[in-house]
Amino acid sequence: MTAALRDDFIPDAEPPALVVDELTTQIRVGRTWYDAVRGISFAVRPRETLALVGESGCGKSLTALSVMGLLPAGVGRVSGGRIVVDGVDMTAADEPTRESMRGDRIGMIFQEPMTSLNPVLPIGFQVAESLIQHRGLSKKAALNRARELLELVRVPAAASRLDAYPHQFSGGMRQRVMIALALACDPKVLIADEPTTALDVTIQAQVLALMADVQKREGLALLLITHNLGVVASVADRVMVMYGGDVVESGPVRAFFARPSHPYSEALLAAMPRIDGDTPLQPIAGQVPTLTQMPTGCRFATRCALRHDRCAELPPLTPVGDDPNHLVRCWARMSP
Amino acid sequence: MLRFVIKRLILAIPTLWAVLTTVFVLVRVVPGDPTIAILGDQASEGARAELRDKLGLSKPILAQYVDFMSQILTGDLGRSLSTNRPIADDVLAVLPYTIELTLAALVVGTVLGVPLGVLAAKNRNGFADWFARIFSLAGVSFPAFVSGILLLLVFAVELRWFPVISSANAADPVERLRALVLPALNLGLLMVAYVTRVTRSGMLKALSEDYVRTARAKGLPYRTVVWRHAFRNVLVPIVTVVGLYLGVLIGNAVLTEIVFNRPGIGKLIVTALNQRDYSLLQGLMVVSAFAIVLANILTDLTYGLVDPRVKTQ
Repeated sequence: MTAALRDDFIPDAEPPALVVDELTTQIRVGRTWYDAVRGISFAVRPRETLALVGESGCGKSLTALSVMGLLPAGVGRVSGGRIVVDGVDMTAADEPTRESMRGDRIGMIFQEPMTSLNPVLPIGFQVAESLIQHRGLSKKAALNRARELLELVRVPAAASRLDAYPHQFSGGMRQRVMIALALACDPKVLIADEPTTALDVTIQAQVLALMADVQKREGLALLLITHNLGVVASVADRVMVMYGGDVVESGPVRAFFARPSHPYSEALLAAMPRIDGDTPLQPIAGQVPTLTQMPTGCRFATRCALRHDRCAELPPLTPVGDDPNHLVRCWARMSP
Repeated sequence: MLRFVIKRLILAIPTLWAVLTTVFVLVRVVPGDPTIAILGDQASEGARAELRDKLGLSKPILAQYVDFMSQILTGDLGRSLSTNRPIADDVLAVLPYTIELTLAALVVGTVLGVPLGVLAAKNRNGFADWFARIFSLAGVSFPAFVSGILLLLVFAVELRWFPVISSANAADPVERLRALVLPALNLGLLMVAYVTRVTRSGMLKALSEDYVRTARAKGLPYRTVVWRHAFRNVLVPIVTVVGLYLGVLIGNAVLTEIVFNRPGIGKLIVTALNQRDYSLLQGLMVVSAFAIVLANILTDLTYGLVDPRVKTQ
């Protein structure tokens, strides 16, 4: 079976709704294509939440766009690996097939609710649009369903606000509309790319709770992209830390927080503000190297305190600690 | 909506007042004595004084201003100095030709410019984009009298598709339409250039917006994404440029009307200038000013239709 499934094989579990196997995504800089995501693998089962964590530029959003098939043409491309959504191989499919999958069996919520909705179309229609497209519903039936969806995401007075435009909504309300929009066709997989980053802290909690609630109810496989480890701890089942396009650590949330093992994961946790101790925040020294200057081996090596000669070679993901599903990609942390 | 219209009409009053005052002042500071222009330089001082009295030019300037304003408010543009016919009649006789030409040019500019701009943005740096860019550049660079003569040479003289001598006042509607094609194309070309450029840059911006990504994430066909999601957001700049051009076209109609020998406001302006017919000139400027203010009001009203954010303000 694929590497992705081996990582966290659970007997008798439902088959995963999303499988990403050895995905490599390249970005063009000038005339050269560079690997921005290097052979990452994971699987998400129905009702499960996988959090993809890392700082800006680590490849997490590119992974999401690759899965959606929405990489900007001419700038980004999937150059290797397989993406299987609800049994359909998206990498082998043609564009019409991918079009029919998007918005139907796989939905996505974006970071910026203020700009992600079309300012000149009524929100009811924007939610209803994919139902008209994929389910062939009449406009009236689709709008009726849109009202139910808006009620599901708790938009107050949904029926009277179908004709309202995005500028009449607050940021939090717009993100609810985005969730309703992504859920319109009952997708199997939902990708949420930093869904709460642009929102006020109080609204963040509401939106997260709403997403978790809807996810359990609809049996969604959720790929949650975030840089906020607090969000990970509160809603995710499993976590995957990315750095420079590589998965550097992955495992169940409990095992990860009990024993963060990659030097980068440790650094991420040390850079998080804590409500209890007086220890000052520890920023991670240096910056993510640009794509053109990435080291060939372990990409964190340039910023790592545990660096040694072997880091010029990329370490494999190997089990660490007590949980066999807890994997780390670091020579220094491998069991001898 | 009605309140918006009323508000917009009230706001137009100071604009019109300012324009009318400027026209009044301009006509009186242009060098040259109108009485000499009318009676010739051999006229006696007595005859000229008599004419001045008749035209009201011997009154104090403030009284002339009050007369001028009250006349216009009653819809009276006065009488032509050279022909002594009511100016309103002269203007109304040719106004339909200019309106016809301007609207036809507006249609040409929009119908050619908008799809060209969208096509150029969709195929950025592709063949359509290059074509649109070169076409735009040529459109802006050619003065209307040069392009008009070229159009006449190619399509009227060589190919004989359209009449050389305008038959704009023909009774036969088909003949009238044939006479309209080349002038409308000539006047519209200038606008095609601008409309194409505004559409292209607006579409390029819109296609990179987050809401377009959302639309694609819904699995909509690319055509729907382009037209329903991106293009609708570009309507505001397009309406702006088209509205502005309504004013520009009224002014540019002069050259086209002369090259194609069409009756219209433009030809009347030239006649008035040649005859130093101050009152006719004054009347024509008033009519043009009203037309441009009306065009701007229409543009503002259209904003409310294409952008929901305008309505609630």
